[in-house]
Amino acid sequence: MSRNLIIGAGLTAFFTGLAALSFLWTPYDIEVLDIPNRLLTPGGAHLLGTDHFGRDILSMVMMGARTSIAVALVAVGIGMGLGVPLGLWAAARRGSLLDDVIMRGNDLVFAFPSLVIAILITAVFGPSAVNAIIAIGIFNIPVFARLTRGAALPLWERDFILAARVSGKGAARISAEHILPNIANLMIVQGTIQFSLGILAEAALSYIGLGAQPPTASWGRMLADAQTLVSIAPHVALIPGFAILLTVLGLNLLGDGLRDWLDPRIRVVRT
Amino acid sequence: MHHFKRLAASTAVVLCASGALAQDSITVAIQLEPPNLDPTSGAAQAIDSVLYANVFEGLTRFDADGAIIRGLAQSWDISEDGLTYTFNLAAGVTFHDGTTMDAEDVKFSLDRARAEDSTNAQKALFADIADVTVIGPLVVQVTLSKPNGMFLFNMAWGDAVIVAPESIDTIATNPVGTGPFAFANWVQGDRLELARNDSYWGAAPALETATFRFISDPTAAFAAMMAEDVDVFVGFPAPENLPQFAADPRFQVLNGNTEGETILAMNNQREPFDNPLVRRAVTHAIDRQAIIDGAMFGQGTPIGTHFAPHNPDYVDLLANSQFDPDLSRSLLAEAGLADGFTTTLKLPPPSYARRGGEIIASQLRAVGIETEITNLEWAQWIEEVFTNKDFGLSIVSHTEPMDINIYANPDYYFQYDNADFRAVLEDLNATTDPAGRSALLAQAQTIISEDYVNGYLFQLGVATVARAEITGLWVNQPTAAVDLTGVSWGN
Repeated sequence: MSRNLIIGAGLTAFFTGLAALSFLWTPYDIEVLDIPNRLLTPGGAHLLGTDHFGRDILSMVMMGARTSIAVALVAVGIGMGLGVPLGLWAAARRGSLLDDVIMRGNDLVFAFPSLVIAILITAVFGPSAVNAIIAIGIFNIPVFARLTRGAALPLWERDFILAARVSGKGAARISAEHILPNIANLMIVQGTIQFSLGILAEAALSYIGLGAQPPTASWGRMLADAQTLVSIAPHVALIPGFAILLTVLGLNLLGDGLRDWLDPRIRVVRT
Repeated sequence: MHHFKRLAASTAVVLCASGALAQDSITVAIQLEPPNLDPTSGAAQAIDSVLYANVFEGLTRFDADGAIIRGLAQSWDISEDGLTYTFNLAAGVTFHDGTTMDAEDVKFSLDRARAEDSTNAQKALFADIADVTVIGPLVVQVTLSKPNGMFLFNMAWGDAVIVAPESIDTIATNPVGTGPFAFANWVQGDRLELARNDSYWGAAPALETATFRFISDPTAAFAAMMAEDVDVFVGFPAPENLPQFAADPRFQVLNGNTEGETILAMNNQREPFDNPLVRRAVTHAIDRQAIIDGAMFGQGTPIGTHFAPHNPDYVDLLANSQFDPDLSRSLLAEAGLADGFTTTLKLPPPSYARRGGEIIASQLRAVGIETEITNLEWAQWIEEVFTNKDFGLSIVSHTEPMDINIYANPDYYFQYDNADFRAVLEDLNATTDPAGRSALLAQAQTIISEDYVNGYLFQLGVATVARAEITGLWVNQPTAAVDLTGVSWGN
């Protein structure tokens, strides 16, 4: 296992662990404001200090991890759940009109800058975590559809698929039983990358006020709230910033490491 | 040595040049850009912020302390019955386009504002005018249908400035007034420039040119001020940064008061806020000091009714709605809502609303009231809350001076409908003697406080950050205005 993989998995496990822990326990209740104790520096009763409302920043980071991970996870789920079947379908009917319709539809979605459309969606349907999930999820669909089709096409020419066809299996069954297991590695790696992009997109949307609404904690909104406080209480802005940085870094390293680890060709070279 | 001399010489030139440039021009930033430049039809405060007293003048005007002083009318006589006002206008006044300002222009302006099809945003100011008659070139007589103790005050509003029929068609983009500054240029979305009116009838201002810039983002405001891109910021949007400016010898910070009563507006016609017990429960759940400290970093004065505390007629009614969560819970139980309820909390952009909203949501949650927070831009807020009245709770600052009369309008967005209150205000409008007015104003304040129409939070402060050398700025905001008449670089 590569160093990247270990560091990436470690960071990802750490933040996922924080998010999971927040369901059971946080040091303080973030829905209770404690104005007299605002902007405390890290240390003492509040390990990472308090924000402008006197809320415990460690608790905020834990709750924010939950929001970020939940949004990104569901968004990747939407992308995979719709994109992979679409890609498989297009590959099975390669060269047909259907293939064209699916792939040109993907191009259409790709043609728009994803964050701009996400802003449009949340602006039209109102800012909320659910709309942020949908907005980010929609842009994951073509990523997975294209990747799936690209990976599936050469497989359709392989002998074992031919054997399956000769034995009378239909296209849908071949896709599910033979194609999908052979491209699963790719999907996992891509899923990790999309997951980190989803966390960034969620942070960006909440930063401009279009993500999860208060009192739900969100790293992006913590950053936005802390913006004018940078000169008097820098930790309030730095901590959520580092949380985003480390999570995204961790996921990218994890994705890279997984690709190396799962790719049989690279593994052969290494051993 | 030779080098050094040249360097010293060029430095001296640069110093002189920058010194000379800084003398008579100023860059002023405010938060919002005016949507148009017609104070006699637009409702937006930003119009007055830029143009009031600078470009446009009325018969009377507000001074820096909110007192009513002479404007274009140099003197006036009021008849015994309080119905006839005879104004003597200043002589030799010309509009910026060169046409003269006379009694005909006053008649035109007042008749236009009170006309049936007038689009004036404050038509109520002119409602009592029965007739405007030109007596002589510089004498105009206004007859009222009933005595109005507020008439001279009303004429000082930015909505009552004197305009000319010659330039009225293009006023929204090219305002022509009589003030010490003439409109020069407006690059929409960027800046608006004024230039000194050299044929001004009154004392000439010290400044040659003034540029207004519009910065609503608190971070950008902080950066622009620190970089000295702007010389003055009236209504600085980030109170948390004020101590830094105060500690910096390059800047001065003026903390003033405004006419902005900041309230937690409740939809009086929507369940459960149609029940006074529920409204009262909401007010007892709120800790004003926490909001002032947490949202405004201490800038603001708690209020117990919809009236400015610096007004001599203010009555301290804070005791009616003291912070008492236990009382709040028992009132909710009495109203049959022991388990609490859920409502909406719609918030416009300023930090008093956004931050204050989070604090209030937390305080209400403590007594069992759940709120769904929605952050709105101003245009959405006007549409959803103000026009369509689709809200449970909202936070907004009412910055018009002496605006307790909004409680007499049952169609106003919080929809308070009380005939007794309306009767008191009618008496008030018909009363001219100061003692009688004070008593009626006290009565009006008490009614809306004891009816718990809204949660009265605090009087909004206004912070002006300016370069230390600048003098003559208004500290308080008796009306939305950035009066540059007396402003100079103090040397």
